[in-house]
Amino acid sequence: MSARAKIMKIAVIQFPGSNCDHDVLRASALVTGGKSFYVWHKDTDLKGANVVIVPGGFSYGDYLRCGAIARFSPIMKEVVAAAAKGTPVLGICNGFQILTESGLLPGVLMRNKSLHFICDTLSVKLENNKTAFTKKGKAGKTYRLPIAHAEGNYFIDNDGLKSLEDNHQIVFRYENNPNGSLGDIAGICNKAGNVVGLMPHPERVCESLLGGTDGKFMFESLMV
Amino acid sequence: MKAQVFVKLKSGVLDPQGLAVSKSLASMGYDGIGLVRQGKVFDIEINITDKTKAEAMLKEAAAKLLANTVIEDFEVVLK
Repeated sequence: MSARAKIMKIAVIQFPGSNCDHDVLRASALVTGGKSFYVWHKDTDLKGANVVIVPGGFSYGDYLRCGAIARFSPIMKEVVAAAAKGTPVLGICNGFQILTESGLLPGVLMRNKSLHFICDTLSVKLENNKTAFTKKGKAGKTYRLPIAHAEGNYFIDNDGLKSLEDNHQIVFRYENNPNGSLGDIAGICNKAGNVVGLMPHPERVCESLLGGTDGKFMFESLMV
Repeated sequence: MKAQVFVKLKSGVLDPQGLAVSKSLASMGYDGIGLVRQGKVFDIEINITDKTKAEAMLKEAAAKLLANTVIEDFEVVLK
């Protein structure tokens, strides 16, 4: 790490029902060499974090709609404020759902077209390597990333889709769309590029012992 | 006061659950059933007597929580 390298202080938000929090805690610290720590959904400050990650799982049991209730948790006020200041914010799977429900990212994740819960490792193509979490990636390269979800079918209206395309907000697309998502979209970002959401789980592929390292680049990107 | 909030998918939004239901109905022998769209109804008891106030509150709650207005419409019915 160069002398200029920032010490990463990564807040991993925990909601009742989050279950990918531990993997994110481990992977983010392992890859960046920084500190990762949990922040409970009822807390009202992010404890000096310079990165926020909203992990996957089943917050509030997916009651009502995935992420619909979690978005009103007290900590989300701080997450929204941090995002507005340019802090990198990553939403993985249920985290992506929470970010769309909270309006930090546009669109919505609906039930998979097949109605099946799909657990698989897929090829996902990186389209935008300018976001806070993809700078270390190569545009046009495909990464093998695991998915595990029943509500990953991304949808937005026509005007919204055009806006995403015009502003280069589509970050990842599936090579073989598993869930019917519009435009094969697997992940998007906000206009500023500091808030990213994706359905696949990069935190599960950061150690070769666990089956692959194609997810590492997303955490490495924080150090660029 | 009792109220009901109906939440339905906007027309044009894919509803695979509704499709699964209509296929089930057909395989159960109910001929002639066409399109099925699945929605939600919330039965809500509200301790406000002012109807205008109650309706406004429920509309706001529906827009913020009960419905995802990207893909759903809602209707508030006071009883």
